[in-house]
Amino acid sequence: MHRVVITGAGTINALGHDVPATIAAFAAGTGGIGALDIPDVDRLSIRVAGQVRDWTASEHFDLRGLSLYDRMTQFALWSARQAVAQSGLVFDEALGLQAGVILGTAVGGLGTIDDSYRAVYAEGKNRVHPLTVPRLMASAGVSHISMTYGLRGPAFSVSTACASSNHAMGLAFQMVRAGASPVMLTGGAEAMLTFGGLKAWEGLRVMAADACRPFSADRSGMVQGEGAAVFVFENHDHARARGAEILAEVVGFAMCSDSHDIVMPSVDGAVRAMRGALSDARLDPGQVDYINAHGTGTKANDVNESTAIRAVFGDAPPLVSSTKAAHGHIIGGTGAVEMLACLMALRDGVIAPTLGYRKPDPDCLLDVVPNTARRADVTVAMTNAFAFGGLNAVLVLRRM
Amino acid sequence: MTQTAQTIIEIIADKALLELGDLTTDTRLDALALDSLAMVELIFALEETFDISVPFNANDPGKDDFDLSSVGAIVQAVEGLVSQKAA
Repeated sequence: MHRVVITGAGTINALGHDVPATIAAFAAGTGGIGALDIPDVDRLSIRVAGQVRDWTASEHFDLRGLSLYDRMTQFALWSARQAVAQSGLVFDEALGLQAGVILGTAVGGLGTIDDSYRAVYAEGKNRVHPLTVPRLMASAGVSHISMTYGLRGPAFSVSTACASSNHAMGLAFQMVRAGASPVMLTGGAEAMLTFGGLKAWEGLRVMAADACRPFSADRSGMVQGEGAAVFVFENHDHARARGAEILAEVVGFAMCSDSHDIVMPSVDGAVRAMRGALSDARLDPGQVDYINAHGTGTKANDVNESTAIRAVFGDAPPLVSSTKAAHGHIIGGTGAVEMLACLMALRDGVIAPTLGYRKPDPDCLLDVVPNTARRADVTVAMTNAFAFGGLNAVLVLRRM
Repeated sequence: MTQTAQTIIEIIADKALLELGDLTTDTRLDALALDSLAMVELIFALEETFDISVPFNANDPGKDDFDLSSVGAIVQAVEGLVSQKAA
């Protein structure tokens, strides 16, 4: 068994186009949710989102790339670029043969699917963009990162709805820990703020019309976001040997299934995932200092997760917050972006707040670091993802 | 009973997997044990059938301006939306 550390991080989301901007927004308690700006927004009943703003793909990719990359892939590549740069890794022939990439995404290139359907159904066209298939593949981001950096080891995408990137990072962790690869790029990406995508979400009647308010008694649902985060997971000895800066250690992971309901969560599944991750990390509940909650702002999740956290950690749980009210629910990419709040807690001793919080709910955790960041000495952090369909994935990190 | 009311009750019976005769206007909706998915399917069927928009958020059923407490309440609320549309 090898120790696994994080040596690079990159992101783009509604809070900013890189890690420093995202961390600064977390610490300042600044939100990225605002008026949605997409075609036909006037035909949507939900018009707020955590949208990535001021993103001009042509500033970052060449013409070949622009014709090949869905917005999801653009976000994944841009995040990977930052992560690899920070890690200082150079993927030579030997390392490239072993290194790989695992990304989570719930649907893949939805913007590409949306555009092609609009062309043939709404506009009556009889052809779509010739690269529609390679753009829309859920695994496109993985393939382009692999090609960009010459990563020729294990490479695949993971799709478990809102837990996709936690599952992806968990698998990457297990591969490096087991010695299957010295370096894995991992995280997740999602870009489903499209007319069709949001129409689908509207149908479920779980979206908030104004703001996401996790754990607050007056919460009214989730707000969609978009973006990505990618990390370099590296064998500890490999990182030490080259003198790399280590951002944190990944020490535990567990996944399990509720086997219960396609949309409603279960306490049992969340409890087993958190306990499993602690057991994998050989840590006791009392050693956890911070939990980044799944915290979607729906009635169902927040009560369920609060009950599960109390079951695992007792009546005085560690500090808990949800950052979804800041960047929105990034679906398959959300766990990766939320991992940044764990890195901030471990490295800076600052807990990202739960924005939008107004009123205690006796059925929920009562201290969720509301609205303002808080200083805390954090040695161990946990990050939760409990997806639709009862697919749970929890990771545990430790300060280095 | 109006044709609208009859149609609404048929839709509710269909989503609740019940016979038409099992429902009266006094039947409480919570007695039908509709899960969250059946609820959103019911709302969708009402919207599509009558070409209306029903304000409903699954995070707070009952808080919206649409009374879902009983079959009779739903009939009244839908008829209200239908007449607003006609006005």
